[in-house]
Amino acid sequence: MFAVDSLLDGITVFSTQFLVVLIKVVVIFVVGLVGTMLMVWFERKVIAYMQNRVGPDKAGPKGLLQTLADGIKLFFKEDLIPEKSDRFVFKLAPYLAFVPAFLVWSVIPLGGDFSNGKDGTVSILGKATKLQLADPPVGVLLLLALSSVAVYGIMLAGWSSGSKYPLLGSVRASAQMVSYEAALGLSLATVILIAGTLSTSGIVAAQSSFTRWHVVATGVLPFIIFLLAATAELNRPPFDLVEAEQELVGGFNTEYSSIRFALFFLAEFMNTITMSGVIVTLFFGGPQPLKIFGNANVLSFLGPFSGTVWMLLKVMVFLYIYVWFRATLPRLRYDQLMNLGWKLLIPLSLGWFMLIAVFRVGSDKGWSQTERYVAVAIGIAVMFAGAGLLRLATRVSARNREREGAMF
Amino acid sequence: MELFVFVVAAAMVLGGAVGVVVRSHPVHAALSLVLTLFGVAVLFIAQDAHFLAAVQVIVYAGAIVVLFLFVIMLLGVDNAEDLHVEPFKVQRPVASVVGAGLMVLIGTAIIVSRKAAVPPSPQSQAVQDAALDPHDGNIKALARDLFSDHVLAFELTSVLLVIAVVATVLLARKPRPGELTVESKAGGR
Repeated sequence: MFAVDSLLDGITVFSTQFLVVLIKVVVIFVVGLVGTMLMVWFERKVIAYMQNRVGPDKAGPKGLLQTLADGIKLFFKEDLIPEKSDRFVFKLAPYLAFVPAFLVWSVIPLGGDFSNGKDGTVSILGKATKLQLADPPVGVLLLLALSSVAVYGIMLAGWSSGSKYPLLGSVRASAQMVSYEAALGLSLATVILIAGTLSTSGIVAAQSSFTRWHVVATGVLPFIIFLLAATAELNRPPFDLVEAEQELVGGFNTEYSSIRFALFFLAEFMNTITMSGVIVTLFFGGPQPLKIFGNANVLSFLGPFSGTVWMLLKVMVFLYIYVWFRATLPRLRYDQLMNLGWKLLIPLSLGWFMLIAVFRVGSDKGWSQTERYVAVAIGIAVMFAGAGLLRLATRVSARNREREGAMF
Repeated sequence: MELFVFVVAAAMVLGGAVGVVVRSHPVHAALSLVLTLFGVAVLFIAQDAHFLAAVQVIVYAGAIVVLFLFVIMLLGVDNAEDLHVEPFKVQRPVASVVGAGLMVLIGTAIIVSRKAAVPPSPQSQAVQDAALDPHDGNIKALARDLFSDHVLAFELTSVLLVIAVVATVLLARKPRPGELTVESKAGGR
């Protein structure tokens, strides 16, 4: 019935397959939670050093257990529910934020052997399986679906608090997330176009060498758009208008305390990790080794674990980049945020998508070199014409608004 | 297993649908609608229509209901609408007649289709086989259908959406002083 994983055919409770699936679920759950804990520590520590401070250093070696201590403290705090709140939705919202963050893990290939056209299967307890919880044929669409469901948690949290600032924060958040989802989806579509499949393991398998990594194969631009849009989806700095302390107290989670607040906090950091994982999977080959010099896998001595280690290393780079963003970039103003999303990222990703589509048609039809150059030249000319028209339109509207005396 | 999934998903769909009608608070009603949509998505997956399920969640749950909630939040609809005030007199009798008619139609459709099980034509059988190929077949079959046989309807739908966007921009625009607006042209206020 569920054509998700061949492993699941004829599965019964207490069989080896069941055990393998159970192991995968537990490992992903535990690694996800521990990873989030370490991420909180990592972010605090790195930001501290960037700001010439020491950061947490009391609990455990180098302050590693600080997050655990904070978590325990949060657990034992009083759980307040505001009087004017909508009690049911107020209690539901943190879980709606937390669960999608976790579910994304299920479709990210966390390791496995993709060398020489293998499809990343490994054998656990004598059963061939992929190092990802599920490999549905619509893998990437599942990511989009989960990111669109994640809006609910924040939106309902702000609304159900029955208070002004959280409501403003949540309206901002949902507008921002809905706007940037379009750019996210369009830049992702270029990857799908190149890979020719929606399944995450298929996308990883398509990136067998450095020049075929989608960051190179799609021409860097979709990656940059995806990175920006993903940062906005995560509500992380410099797009963290949702929790602009100076304007909104604490944003959508102002009224939350105790364990419910902890869930929002965890969801935010877990989303950061999962989004890094998604970026690595889509653009940087996931568990594929980096092969610039020759064909050798530098980490081949690790045997079957080399894929996982590569994945981990790449994800770490992006986690560092996210922390770096937070430490260096000032927050955007709300109109700047919307302008960037609607007037730059969406048209640009749409134009680039068309260009890649032209390439794809060209390779399918077997166009000659000159035909391709002509097609690309026409494509670029159309893009420039579109950009010019858009610029004209925004200028006219800006002039109109100025005449009406709007501030910006 | 299949029966179990069906029962759970059907309970989600029906429970959500009842919730949409019964809950007096608009936000709760919208959330019940989300429950229904998720139930339908689960049913799609149980029928191996993964793509439809994903699109169902992305479009309906992710965009349309979010828009509903947005409007409810921004307009601040009151907790309970007063049901005794009827803005449009014939609405309720007409609605009940239409509802009853729909029930009869669906009921007849189910009974008739149970009696006459149509044998699949060879061509549709091939499409079905392609669609049941676990690796992307579903999506490829759908895409081929959408962009070949139904490409005109597809393009017309996109034109319709563009028209809707343009109309919205036009309606939402602040008229300049002395300028003719849609309303004044139509001879309204």
